[in-house]
Amino acid sequence: MTRKQRRMTIIGGSLAVLALAAALVLNALRDSIVFFSTPTMVAEKHVEPGKRFRLGGLVQPGSLHRGDNLAVTFEVADGNAKLPVAYKGILPDLFREGQGVVAEGALDANGVFKADTVLAKHDETYMPKDVADALKKQGHWKDDYGGKPADSGKPSNNGKTSDAGKPVATTAQGNPQGAVR
Amino acid sequence: MIAESGHYALVLALGLALIQSIVPLIGARLRDAALMNVARSTALAQLLFVGASFTALVMLHVNSDFSVANVYENSHSMKPLLYKITGVWGNHEGSMLLWVSILALFGGLVAAFGNNLPLSLRAHVLAVQAWVASAFYLFILVTSNPFLRIATPPIEGRDLNPVLQDIGLAVHPPMLYLGYVGFSISFSFAIAALMEGRIDAAWARWVRPWTLVAWIFLTLGIAMGSYWAYYELGWGGWWFWDPVENASLMPWLSGTALLHSALVMEKRNALKVWTILLSILTFSLSLLGTFLVRSGVITSVHAFATDPTRGVFILLILCLFIGGSLSLFAGRATSLKQGGLFAPISREGALVLNNLLLTVACAVVLFGTLYPLAMEMLADFKMSVGAPFYNLTFAPLFALLLLAVPFGPMLAWKRGDLLGVTQRLLAAGVAGLVAVAIAWGWASGGSTLAPLAIGLGIFVIAGAVTDIVERTGLVRLPFATVLHRARGLPRSAWGTAFAHAGLGVALIGIVCETTWNSEFIATMKQNDVAEIAGFDVKLDGLLQRQGPNYREMIAQFNVSRDGQPLSVMTPSKRSFTTRGSSTTEAALLTRGASQLYISLGDATAEGAIAVRIYYKPMVLMIWWGPVLMAFGGVLSLSDRRLRVGAPKPARAKQRLQPAE
Repeated sequence: MTRKQRRMTIIGGSLAVLALAAALVLNALRDSIVFFSTPTMVAEKHVEPGKRFRLGGLVQPGSLHRGDNLAVTFEVADGNAKLPVAYKGILPDLFREGQGVVAEGALDANGVFKADTVLAKHDETYMPKDVADALKKQGHWKDDYGGKPADSGKPSNNGKTSDAGKPVATTAQGNPQGAVR
Repeated sequence: MIAESGHYALVLALGLALIQSIVPLIGARLRDAALMNVARSTALAQLLFVGASFTALVMLHVNSDFSVANVYENSHSMKPLLYKITGVWGNHEGSMLLWVSILALFGGLVAAFGNNLPLSLRAHVLAVQAWVASAFYLFILVTSNPFLRIATPPIEGRDLNPVLQDIGLAVHPPMLYLGYVGFSISFSFAIAALMEGRIDAAWARWVRPWTLVAWIFLTLGIAMGSYWAYYELGWGGWWFWDPVENASLMPWLSGTALLHSALVMEKRNALKVWTILLSILTFSLSLLGTFLVRSGVITSVHAFATDPTRGVFILLILCLFIGGSLSLFAGRATSLKQGGLFAPISREGALVLNNLLLTVACAVVLFGTLYPLAMEMLADFKMSVGAPFYNLTFAPLFALLLLAVPFGPMLAWKRGDLLGVTQRLLAAGVAGLVAVAIAWGWASGGSTLAPLAIGLGIFVIAGAVTDIVERTGLVRLPFATVLHRARGLPRSAWGTAFAHAGLGVALIGIVCETTWNSEFIATMKQNDVAEIAGFDVKLDGLLQRQGPNYREMIAQFNVSRDGQPLSVMTPSKRSFTTRGSSTTEAALLTRGASQLYISLGDATAEGAIAVRIYYKPMVLMIWWGPVLMAFGGVLSLSDRRLRVGAPKPARAKQRLQPAE
């Protein structure tokens, strides 16, 4: 083999691998990505049943019902619209009425969102970013959501209400349920 | 006073870093040895001052000094001592301080053990190291000062995020940072080589041990993080393709590529420009990871706090270093002398294929991580790219790579014999096929791909064994000769075999866990029995207990199999009063490489409790694999040829080593 042939082999091989990767990515992009929607977006866009997406919003207070054998139903709201959600399984530790939630699944024929995952969140002051942005966009954002525990030097009382009775005072604005009323 | 001293030490470290950034370079220009040697002293002094600063923060946390904001936000006087210490880096400011401490540690190590480096190379390397350090000291001092005081100190702290109150926090972040930041050394070497316009095989010999050290820690750090997520988050997942996980996987992929290309450069003086580029890319990906995690672009358990100024600052650092180094590369790379060419079928050719597949796989992960961010910014819609995407893209590329792995070490340098190697790998191939057949017959149902993947894993392991068998002449030669040859075999050959076998082990674990994982979810009352994978799990009862800074509810389970009692498992649910949040402590029962996993959900009013039980076959192999890989790395590091600061091997020694 000459120098040129050797070089061409290596360049050709590289291009082949790159082409393969590009083909794989394009193929995967067609049907393996999941879009994020809020109840309002679902209402506006008429999402077809069976199409997977991520639903984000606030858990409507008073809507949580526990059925037999870990079946639960609740409603996800974003101020303008509500969407019923059905889920079977154990809810994450920090799932609470009035708190932000992200669920993944698809609509069934009756317009109920069948969730197969409800995302676990790790902090009581945590607001899923997608939910926060969507709420901001729709003007239902209150500054105290997703309070920043390690933010600034001052020991402000930017904590949120939580049923475990945290000692810090909570302002009226700090009530997360205010948004959906 | 401790806080002020810590702060002051950090400012002094910044001053030293600024001196170290400039003076050695002037010395190199003037060929003044004294000025170049300044780098050594400043690097060591920097390590001392950053170390003092870090120690100060640790002392503040241990003393529960709530007049310091960082301690108030993340500590609690009732917290156990271990978590008071680990809590130092369980928050944004402290973890950045750990980051620079490790950077200073590596700089100090180069200064202390780099005596066999040419003086001007060492000066350049340490200067570049100081640029990175200066940028991050500034970042900490300007945007994330951990020593900030509170005017009216509160009596009690707000406690550390309960999920982080675990032994994992003591191990995972320091290991990961040793990996991330360790790649700064190869980056500095690459920039130094570009600035000096000189690069040769010796350069690769100096860089490789540092890269290897970083790679070993990164491998263990990622594996540890994955195991931590598995047992702490309570839903049995061990990898979520979360952007933060990807941020650690990308430097690992390109770092692995770098290890292999540096080998070609060292042995054959080829692939020089590519190795330089990989060094730059690997550290750039580490920086990108820091940006993704610290800027609040994405939210996850790793992103402690989001603050736009921090994001912008890190983005600036990112652009400066990545942009600067890549422009320097573009300007100078052509002036580096090209190395020799080689036949496509050869050890070098195999290593090129390895690099190609690893970097393309890395690019795919990068795409999957950044695409949703880009779409959100440009097209204003949100989406998530998760496991399905990576299963369709990353998995096939990695499967190709694994298929090629056994061939690489068996091909000769310069010109290899593919047919001969295939024949020698016949036994390994047969072992793989037998494994496919067994897995197929044993597993009724499940994915059809799973048996094939298991066969691939066996093939990789058998290939690594074959390589060692071939080299020692096991089977062919008398046993005494074999032993002698095994002892004479370079440690790096053993290292290669272990690391490659580790890949196969991890693959088998991943496939078994994802395919044959069984799950049982239900509400259970006292004396209820759950049957899963042949185990009978009986709920004996619930009890309450008071921990140091939490209350917990423990469920006691009796596990038996075929009527034989095996063990008692006690998963619990802890609620932390200060933060008002709770964690799930899963209980694990290990049987060989498989595990039974129980975690608890909510208790109902009638005394029943939601229970999640998993049986995860071969799950431990997922983490044994990386441990094997890291062990291989350590073996390779102990190889005489690579030992940091080792003198050139004597000729007589060289003759004793068997031909490779």
